[in-house]
Amino acid sequence: MSDTLATNVPTYPFGNAGLEPLLPDLGADGVGRVQLPTGQQAWLFTRHEHLRELLRSADFSSDFTRPGFPLIRPIPEDMPRRPDGSLIRMDPPEHTKFRRMLTPEFMIKHIRTLEPLIRQTVVVALESMRAGGQPADLVEHFALPVPSMVICHLLGVPYADHDYFQERSRILLAWSSPPEQVRDAIEEMRDYLTRLIAARRDEPGEDLISRLAAERVATGEMTEEELVGLSVLLLIAGHETTSNMIGLSTLVLLKHPEQLRQLRERPELIDDTVEELLRYLTIVRTGLTRVAVTDTEVGGHRIAAGEGVIALLSAANRDADVFPDGEEFDLHRGSHQHMAFGFGIHQCIGQPLARAELRIALSEMITRLPGLALAVAPDDVRYRDAVVFGVQRLPVTW
Amino acid sequence: MSAPLRVAVDRDACCGSGNCVRTAPEVFDQDDADGLVVLRQAEPPESEYDAVREAAYNCPAAAIEVTEP
Ligand code: HEM
Ligand code: SF4
Repeated sequence: MSDTLATNVPTYPFGNAGLEPLLPDLGADGVGRVQLPTGQQAWLFTRHEHLRELLRSADFSSDFTRPGFPLIRPIPEDMPRRPDGSLIRMDPPEHTKFRRMLTPEFMIKHIRTLEPLIRQTVVVALESMRAGGQPADLVEHFALPVPSMVICHLLGVPYADHDYFQERSRILLAWSSPPEQVRDAIEEMRDYLTRLIAARRDEPGEDLISRLAAERVATGEMTEEELVGLSVLLLIAGHETTSNMIGLSTLVLLKHPEQLRQLRERPELIDDTVEELLRYLTIVRTGLTRVAVTDTEVGGHRIAAGEGVIALLSAANRDADVFPDGEEFDLHRGSHQHMAFGFGIHQCIGQPLARAELRIALSEMITRLPGLALAVAPDDVRYRDAVVFGVQRLPVTW
Repeated sequence: MSAPLRVAVDRDACCGSGNCVRTAPEVFDQDDADGLVVLRQAEPPESEYDAVREAAYNCPAAAIEVTEP
């Protein structure tokens, strides 16, 4: 086991300077070691083929309470370390059980029935932005409210509370937040959802939280604490990700006017465009963290039980063997093998929802705002320094 | 006559990502109750071969097995 720390290893995470992900020079096989802010070291994998192997392997765990798990930010001593109900941090068999309770809610055929609601939400947001006058910040008026309203509707969370949970999820995801503040934000989100779940138990609605409370908690399949953890995850994952994608996608399309013109002429290109935007932007830029639970191998590299690994999705999505000229945005590429939603049993459960939101939001936006343009120089666009990549604001005119 | 291409799915391994349904809707579906993969045809027509191969490659849980003719 390589307990001896390698010296001169790059510090991870690498930061969000712009649209190009920053990468250390790792040599031909794209495997290296990195130094984490917590003092640990971890393996870094960047090749598409290696990520396929690693993320499909049962030799790695997603449970951050396991010894050796690579933590990418310090955790306060007194923070309760519990993955309760947070699917993304569970291993089988618990993961399997929880995932199967949720899958029918998010699968393609169910999301299709939500499309009229998504479209209406998109149209109302666009028209009210237009009515408010220009220039306007597209993030505040469109990219953030649309996915927030949709996930609120699905979960049964009152959208009127959006300032409260958006503020806290922002703290949670920002690199600059001190650990104590992160802990408080998590506890406040949990308290908020605990109260909401109690209210839905007494007076159920037509929403996912009400259904899970009635069908899973009341029957003893899930504890109330687990439903709280799961709801926190769904609420954060459900709006932060898609909203960052909408803002960044708008920026990328405006920076590629010829491709934007083609998309306006041939609306059926939207599906390929969304896939290419997902690949090119890979907003979960920090990558996925896992710990080896047994001595194992990835791409011929021996990894000992208890060693941490990072699967750098943003690098795999630019792997030249799979995506030639991967640093170029090309909506004709047909990026079917991208890993923007991860790979393996944790692959994003919300992907049908995210795709529907992106397709509808971007199509309506470019049709309803034919003169859409940036109101600032592209170089002046500020990026978020957060776990999920995005733009802070996007001032536009139309 | 050569043997047809055969598809098999492992519902225990499936994580319900729905990738296969997006790629080859004629061959794969998802169960209404648990979201797990359901095979619509085990010996799809040749016009589906490419889509089926792509679905197997992109299945995050390695739950699709394709036996080539
Ligand atoms: C473009 C938007 C999105 C991107 C790029 C994205 C990306 C990801 C990635 C990379 C993972 C894998 C994490 C891992 O393996 O450790 C994941 C998991 C997850 N995502 Fe998303 N996501 C998006 C939208 C959504 C939406 C809209 C939801 C709504 C509910 C959602 C809910 C989840 C959940 C619950 C998991 C955990 C699944 C599991 O552990 O089995 N995501 N997402
Ligand atoms: S792609 Fe694989 S994991 Fe996803 S639904 Fe199909 S068989 Fe299941």
